[in-house]
Amino acid sequence: MADHTEVEEVHEDSAADVTSAALEVAPYNVAGSRGPRFGAPLVEYVLRLGDDRLVLGHRLSEWCGHGPILEEDIAVANLALDLVGQATMFLGLAGELEGAGRDADALAFFRDGTAYRNALLVELPRGDFGFTMMRQFLFDAFSVVQLDALASCGHAQLAAIAAKSLKEAKYHVRHSGEWVVRLGDGTEESHARISRSLAELWRYTGELFERDVIDDAVEAHGIVFDHEAARARWEAIVHDVLQRATLEVPAPPIMASGGRRGRHTEHIGHLLSTMQSVARAHPGATW
Amino acid sequence: MEQPITAQADESALVAAFEARIAAGESIEPKDWMPERYRKQLVRMMSQHAHSEVVGMLPEGNWITRAPSLRRKMSLIAKVQDEAGHGLYIYCGTETLGVDRHELLEQLLDGRAKYSSIFNYPTLSWADMGVIGWLVDGAAIVNQTILAKTSYGPYARAMVRICKEENFHKRQGYEICATLANGTPAQRAMLQEAVDRIWWPALMMFGPSDTDSPNSAELLKWRVKRKTNDELRQRFVNLTVPQAIAIGLTLPDPDLRFDESTGNWEFGEIDWTEFFQVIKGEGPCNRERLAARNQAHADGAWVREAAAAHAAKQQRSSTQAA
Repeated sequence: MADHTEVEEVHEDSAADVTSAALEVAPYNVAGSRGPRFGAPLVEYVLRLGDDRLVLGHRLSEWCGHGPILEEDIAVANLALDLVGQATMFLGLAGELEGAGRDADALAFFRDGTAYRNALLVELPRGDFGFTMMRQFLFDAFSVVQLDALASCGHAQLAAIAAKSLKEAKYHVRHSGEWVVRLGDGTEESHARISRSLAELWRYTGELFERDVIDDAVEAHGIVFDHEAARARWEAIVHDVLQRATLEVPAPPIMASGGRRGRHTEHIGHLLSTMQSVARAHPGATW
Repeated sequence: MEQPITAQADESALVAAFEARIAAGESIEPKDWMPERYRKQLVRMMSQHAHSEVVGMLPEGNWITRAPSLRRKMSLIAKVQDEAGHGLYIYCGTETLGVDRHELLEQLLDGRAKYSSIFNYPTLSWADMGVIGWLVDGAAIVNQTILAKTSYGPYARAMVRICKEENFHKRQGYEICATLANGTPAQRAMLQEAVDRIWWPALMMFGPSDTDSPNSAELLKWRVKRKTNDELRQRFVNLTVPQAIAIGLTLPDPDLRFDESTGNWEFGEIDWTEFFQVIKGEGPCNRERLAARNQAHADGAWVREAAAAHAAKQQRSSTQAA
């Protein structure tokens, strides 16, 4: 019943002419299937966009006051601020599309880890500054490509948020890319450290370009994202920076995956237990 | 034997001219002649101020990851970011007095430098983010509004800019307090507890009493400071008590009463033993704050070295190309 209602509402909100059949995500939502169970595709899709940015923004904000130089305390706070701001817009839209009365805060603070839809890449602990910047760069390069495509998609609200966020992401990728170059090219130690970070992070990049039933279903809303083309654009950006950083592109490993379906690393639980602790201790309170 | 006497005569003529300029309300600029004591006092005050901004990021940064709404999370990140910006800005100001930022940083890290005693207290609940904005930024504004008229030009101009942002922080903090005051019983209790805990340390932010303030006379003469510690403290109490009453808070001072004849809110005696204990490094969080700064500095060493090495390589290759 719940799924049916959600499908109806998504249909109402959508600008595109869609049939309810196009929105079905069977067999995944069918009881007794091998799982996972998804909500309405458009909601799922927008949650993925919001959760990536919320979780990464949260990780970045852990650096506040602990950066290697004061200038970087300012810059990292700026990245975190932009990402949490983008997350607020995406989650606000997801809540609206869901139509169950949940706003961005309800989605951020009152969902359990398994209901989060971020890629695994963004939830990994922040590591050293090089790990943080390498992860940031790999995500930023993806984000620029993704937002650039979505900025002209057929869903007007989503396109508007993507266009606004894209301006920020372009600045982010420049900042994180410059750090990757500095640390790769800098000293023997920095080269060794950032190489290790790259090797650790590489297996989490595949998930960014995975296509699944949700991506198929949202095409009915005019949201068409060519994952293979996006990967090619991402690789061009990443390879260029890695080359300038004198770093080698790692050999393709077996890629980790699962965040988009709520199958996370164990880190998500700890991250959320921190993030949600005050809000959950006072349900119904306003702040 | 004659030369020192001449130099001394020159010096006293210069001091006289300097003091005449101060008396005429002129501002002193970096290239102007100034007595060495004046320069030293300014370096001391400005670096303490810059250090306070930088260390002040820690107690508030402590709650960024737990802020209970996305809006509050963003405004807290922005506030801590502003503090980093203020620190950087004032460190640059000290460079106009011929001091290197790294030298000052060394003094902070090895515990020689002072910073505002308030940041040696822990932040224990979300309400602290409201109360710090309201009381701590509020106290800072009272100080800094006066400092915006200080005789040293670069510091005065920095204060004008910083005060604008601090005012925004204070309003934001008070708004958090007002929201909690209008919230659930648990939120109100959280707020009152934070006020009880932070009120007295906030009053201590104005420094020792005038009778016990070693640097005050000279600073006032040269118009580095324009009001005494006690005058500023009284001004802060007078501004703040009505704000506390407006949101139904009780301040933890049984001696607090309004004096019709002076128009002042009279308050009880500050625990100066506690104040001097914190100043001497024995406050609740002195060790943690210094350890956190040292840890960040040590963890960042390889990053700074790499950035410098990369910049040097770039420099070399652009020189070769040219």
